[in-house]
Amino acid sequence: MTTSYQLKRADFIFKYENDWEKILSKCISRTPQELINELISSELKGRGGAGFPTGLKWKLAAEVVDATKYVICNADEGEPGTFKDREILSMVPYKVLTGMAVCGYVIGAKEGYIYLRGEYFFLQPELNKAIREFEYYCKGINLDFTIRIFMGSGAYICGEETALFESMEGKRGEPRNKPPFPSSYGYMGKPTVINNVETLAHTYTIFKYGAKRFYDLGVQYSRGSKLFSVSGDTPKPGIYELELGMSLADFVDEFGDGDTKAVQVGGASGFLVPRKRFDETAIGFQGKLTGISLPTGGSMMLFNSSRSMFNVLDNYLEFFREESCGQCTPCRVGCQQLLMGIKAVKRGEKNAKYLDKLLRLTETMKLTAKCGLGQSVANSFSSIVENFREEMIY
Amino acid sequence: MITKDEVCSVHTSTQKEKFDLLGNVIIDYDRKESNLIQILHMAQAIFGYVPADVQYFIADQMELSISKVNSVLTFYSFFSTQPKGKYTVSICLGTACYVRGGKEVLNKLKSVLGIDVGATTEDKIFSLSVMRCIGACGLAPAMTINNKVYKQVNPNKIPRILGMLK
Repeated sequence: MTTSYQLKRADFIFKYENDWEKILSKCISRTPQELINELISSELKGRGGAGFPTGLKWKLAAEVVDATKYVICNADEGEPGTFKDREILSMVPYKVLTGMAVCGYVIGAKEGYIYLRGEYFFLQPELNKAIREFEYYCKGINLDFTIRIFMGSGAYICGEETALFESMEGKRGEPRNKPPFPSSYGYMGKPTVINNVETLAHTYTIFKYGAKRFYDLGVQYSRGSKLFSVSGDTPKPGIYELELGMSLADFVDEFGDGDTKAVQVGGASGFLVPRKRFDETAIGFQGKLTGISLPTGGSMMLFNSSRSMFNVLDNYLEFFREESCGQCTPCRVGCQQLLMGIKAVKRGEKNAKYLDKLLRLTETMKLTAKCGLGQSVANSFSSIVENFREEMIY
Repeated sequence: MITKDEVCSVHTSTQKEKFDLLGNVIIDYDRKESNLIQILHMAQAIFGYVPADVQYFIADQMELSISKVNSVLTFYSFFSTQPKGKYTVSICLGTACYVRGGKEVLNKLKSVLGIDVGATTEDKIFSLSVMRCIGACGLAPAMTINNKVYKQVNPNKIPRILGMLK
């Protein structure tokens, strides 16, 4: 077992490779089962943030018998502080398209869609060009697979997979109940594999270099590399590919401005880690390294001591209140009450104990909200309030 | 298939021509309910916004209820039921931009343009809106004017940026 908590750079995703035709041909000369096994042994987990094993996802969809299946690339990158997918789609679209086509071959799908965030409209012409060239090649090797772009319309919730299906079906983007899961009942009620842009780009690396190369990166439970979108109070904002499993202390050493008081890992729906816990926090999916371990969609936002954590939380809650789809009560009413609540405490209209009441409310939301949006409000709320309580009050 | 570029070039045509074009778009999309969002995108490209009479027209042509069309339309922040100015100025208030001073930029925009968020200036030149993270966190605070991104803006830069457009 390799355990490293050090920051190690990797360079796979953005590496320029002009052999996608070869990789695609090579993949479809292998059996679907072989490809699934390769993915499973690489231990690639979904890079959107939830971390579901990709190989298992493909396997489940492949096992369902249905003449119509779909592959969807989730490019509805809306988490505040995340901007990696945009870069992937503009720099190395072929890796994503290849990943989609191989997935289509594995599960038996002939149609693929890219759900592109409305704000990324400017990517569409170039991406369409790449798709046309790609489809032309597929035709040449008798691979029946088409890809179309579906433009999103500015709703954060549509990044949630079932809300995304609803939106593609021309409806309001309101999440469905799960189960059934997309692998058996997805877009148009058909078996669907939906993967993040980065996940698909990683499958390219795995199919090209083999599962072992990928597996050797990172640490136990968190294999491979991952793109991190670094922003906030840092002298070098940008996108970096790093191996998973590093400690947050190492990360801050590299990217901090020397005065980092906290890092928000995973965007608005992620966790805030205060300075005193940098050492014991590892960036990865699960498992007990030395302390807490955080999954992430790749957003790393650094705050220095000049920033008010109250303002940060206020901003998150306003965001959630705005983006809650309004379908289920815990999320719709909860987000409003949390926002009003912290403002009332700040103004002194409620005493500090009221914060505990609000913390219990987030627990309720975590248990009862229908989808990830309402459930994850508790993450940022409790991690900010518990660690920076005094800033909430004074 | 009618493309969005073709649609965008019809600014000078009459109201009737616009409705005819939208009718063709709807036929192009097979009147399928699953294409409603694409049709709304096209409607917004034709008219600049999607007012009530356009919503009724779409509902009628697609044999959907008006409440269905309206509920989908109002769910997504990209669609507007109000006319927009020539330039839509949007300031990002995602967290990275917010902590780096997005709100001060917004306040400056409000005072320079003399309008609130969601409104349009009287001369129909500027509309003001707020966005939630445009994926330009590394350039925070970011602002867009008709899809052009302005990076690291601050209140002092605002008059010059707007002045260059007028």
